[in-house]
Formats: sequence, C-alpha cells, structure tokens
Amino acid sequence: MQYSILSIKSSIKKRTLFTSLLLIVFAFCFSFAQFEIPDKPKKLKDQKGVYDYIELLNYSDSLNLERKLIKYSDTTSTQIVLTIINSTNGENINFLGAQWGEKWGIGQEKEDNGILIILAKDDRRIGINTGEGIEYLLTDALSKRIIERDIIPFFKQNDYYGGLNKGIDSIFEVLNGEYQGTRKSSNNEFPIGFIFILLFIFIIILISISKNRRNGGHGGNRGNRSDGIDILEAIILSNSGRGSYRRSSGGFGGGWSSGGSSSGGGFGGGFGGGGFSGGGASGGW
Amino acid sequence: MKKFLPWIVIGILVIGLYSWGKGFNNTAVEYEADAKTAWSKVESAYQRRADLIPNLVATVKGYAAHEKETLEGVIKARSEATKTTINAGDLTPEKMAQFQQAQQGLSGALSKLLVTVERYPDLKADKSFLELQSQLEGTENRINVTRDRFNDAVNIYDKYTTKFPGKLLASLFGFEEMARFKSTPGSENAPKVEF
Repeated sequence: MQYSILSIKSSIKKRTLFTSLLLIVFAFCFSFAQFEIPDKPKKLKDQKGVYDYIELLNYSDSLNLERKLIKYSDTTSTQIVLTIINSTNGENINFLGAQWGEKWGIGQEKEDNGILIILAKDDRRIGINTGEGIEYLLTDALSKRIIERDIIPFFKQNDYYGGLNKGIDSIFEVLNGEYQGTRKSSNNEFPIGFIFILLFIFIIILISISKNRRNGGHGGNRGNRSDGIDILEAIILSNSGRGSYRRSSGGFGGGWSSGGSSSGGGFGGGFGGGGFSGGGASGGW
Repeated sequence: MKKFLPWIVIGILVIGLYSWGKGFNNTAVEYEADAKTAWSKVESAYQRRADLIPNLVATVKGYAAHEKETLEGVIKARSEATKTTINAGDLTPEKMAQFQQAQQGLSGALSKLLVTVERYPDLKADKSFLELQSQLEGTENRINVTRDRFNDAVNIYDKYTTKFPGKLLASLFGFEEMARFKSTPGSENAPKVEF
C-alpha cells in the first residue's frame, strides 16, 4: 500500500518535473526564435557541397549538385556550399549567411573564396552570400542578377533543382577560373563517361596481362606496356587517395569508383577557414 | 636559512604579481586590437555606402530631376556622415552616439529617396539603378554584419577588463571601457530597398 502511494507520488513528481521542463524548453523556443546555425561538420568528409536539411531535393539531384560543387572546388579551390532550410526565423537571409559562412569557414583561409547559398523554402527566399575574396568578382549586383534571372524563374514553377543547377552554372561562369585549385586531379576534368570507358579498357588490359603472366608469356612489348600501366595506376591511385574521396568509399580500394562518382566525399581538405563580411544578395519568389 | 625565507616569499610574490600583470595586459591589448580592427571594418562598410551615393544620386537625377529636395537631403546627409569619423583609439560613448546619429541621418535620407523612386517606373527598371540598388542592399548587410562583429569584439574586451580582479589592473593600466553600437529606435531598419 505504502509502496503504491510512494510510486504514485514519485510518478506525479516526475510528471510535473517533465512538464515544467517542457515548459522551460518551450519558453526558450519562443524567446530565442532566431535561426540557430548548425555546428560545423567535424569530419572532413562531411564538409561537402550540399546540406539539404529538409530533403527538398531528391537523392540523385542532390548528388548531381554535390558532384558538381566538389569537382569545382577541386579544380579551383573555390568552395560553394548550398544549404536548404525551412525558414530563417525572421532573420535577414544575407545576415544569417555571413554569420554561417564565417562560422563554418567556407573557402580557403587566404583567398576567402567561399560562397554560401541558402534556400529558405517556407520563406520563399534564396540568398547568395559571397566570401570576402569573391566579392569583387561575384558582386552584389551580379548575385542579384543570377537570382532574378536564372534561379527564380525555375523556382516559380517549383523546380528547385533546375533553378539551383542553373544558378550554380552561372556562378561558375562569373568566377571562370579565377582561382587555381591545390588539389589537381586530372580525372576530374574528364567527363564521367570517359572515365568509365577508361576504366573498362583498364580492366581488360589488366585481365589480359594477368592471363599472360599465368601463361608465362612475358614478351618485351608487353612488359613495356605493363610498366606504363603501373606508373599510370600509381599516379591515379595516389591522386585520388590525396582527396577525401578515398576515406568515404571504404570498399573499393579507395581509387576508381568513388573518384568517378564522388558519392558523398567532401571538399578536398575540408572547409579552409574563409571569411565572410556580408556581401551578396537575396531574392524571393 | 630562516633569514632568507621572507625574501624568498617576497620574491615569489613579486614574480607572481608580475606575470599576472603581464598576462592580463597582453591579453587586454590583444582584445583591444581585435575590437579596433572590427571598428575599422565598420567604418569601411559605412564608407562603402557613402561611396555608392554619388552614383545613386546621379542615376536618380536622370529620371527625377525635380525631386531636388530629396536629392539634396541625401547629399547633405552624406557629407555630414563622412565628416563624422572616430579614431579607433578613442571610442567613447559620446563619440559613438555622434557617429551613429550622423549615419542614421544618412539612412533616413536614403530611405526617403528610395520611397520617392517608387513614383518613377522607368527609373525602377533602369539597369544601372537596379545594380546600385542591389549594391546598396549588400552594403547595408555588410554594415549590419560588421556592426554585429564589432559589438562582439567589444563585448569580449569589456568583459575581460571589467571583471574582478582584472578590473583593478585595467584601471591601473588605463584600459577603458569601449562603447558599443546601440540600436536606437528605428536605426536597425535599413532603408527599404526591395520593391
């Protein structure tokens, strides 16, 4: 009897504690309605191009953009990050963008060549925020023009991917190879199809060599060729190993397959610590 | 041995005090320098806005020459605002208030101008005006960002120099409290440049 009373008491206590905790949490929610910038991803491989917090884009579209941004970052060192959120909770999107970009350190430290694109779906607003080193190329006026001309028309038809894709292409066009990348991997400049063909040929050659070896045949001509391949292989493997592709791929020896598709690897070397001082533009639809 | 003991204690005390004072001083100097850098960024953001204005005025004039009063108001406010500068070394609350007031005057004049523009559809569609408008928008954002960061930097400095026991040393070494930006009613509303 006593036990049950005690347990009831304690359960009541717990419940009141719980509700009061809940109330406190709610109170905080209301008093700090500001958008809270997520923490910078800790792992290098998580420092990538697309952060779709609300899963607005479907998987393949998001992967496409991701691939594009990483490829661009590899060749030019300019890091463009796209984040998709529901709402900025009343914060000015460019103000938020400057804080966000600074906090994550998008772009390289010396060049400050980062760009952060924020899409707030429920606010129906998109902002392009430029790092300090980008401002003179992608000026506020140009950012605005890209938003108005290339992005918004697609968004009006609910084609988020189309708008983002076109917008990112236009940004590439504006920047047009101003910065040189530190991670130069030749295979990033090839179209993906070409890589697959190369891979295919490679495998065939490898198989034929191994067959030849098994047969004992090792002619001078073939020996030469296999030497060449060894070197090529070494170059390619070392090249792709330098980036973060390898870490993410896990399964396939770190080389080819992930390099070709870049399925979820991050920027080479992660965010470099670029600064943002509030440049950019925004627009609504 | 007993004779030396007090001297050793005093020696240790002196060394301790010295290293405390040195540590405090150097950190305070660092924070102060950070705040000053942040201040210079604030000023350059405001300067950027001031630099945009002649172009803006010229463009608007092309379409709305008879809005003389508004245009002149902007020019006057601009010269007022560029006149008022503060040396980063002496950011007293009074000077800060003065500075803020001058810049606010310019903000007010600008927003008046941009309201006027509403009446001129041709001007609103003008390419160079649109460009200036987005530059202005970006600059207002830069001003907000730099101001915010300046306040953060000052906050760190002020906290460090006013907390006990650092406060004792701060007054000894002459670290004064720095002024921050206050959002006076209406000042946080940037001139409305979106249509």
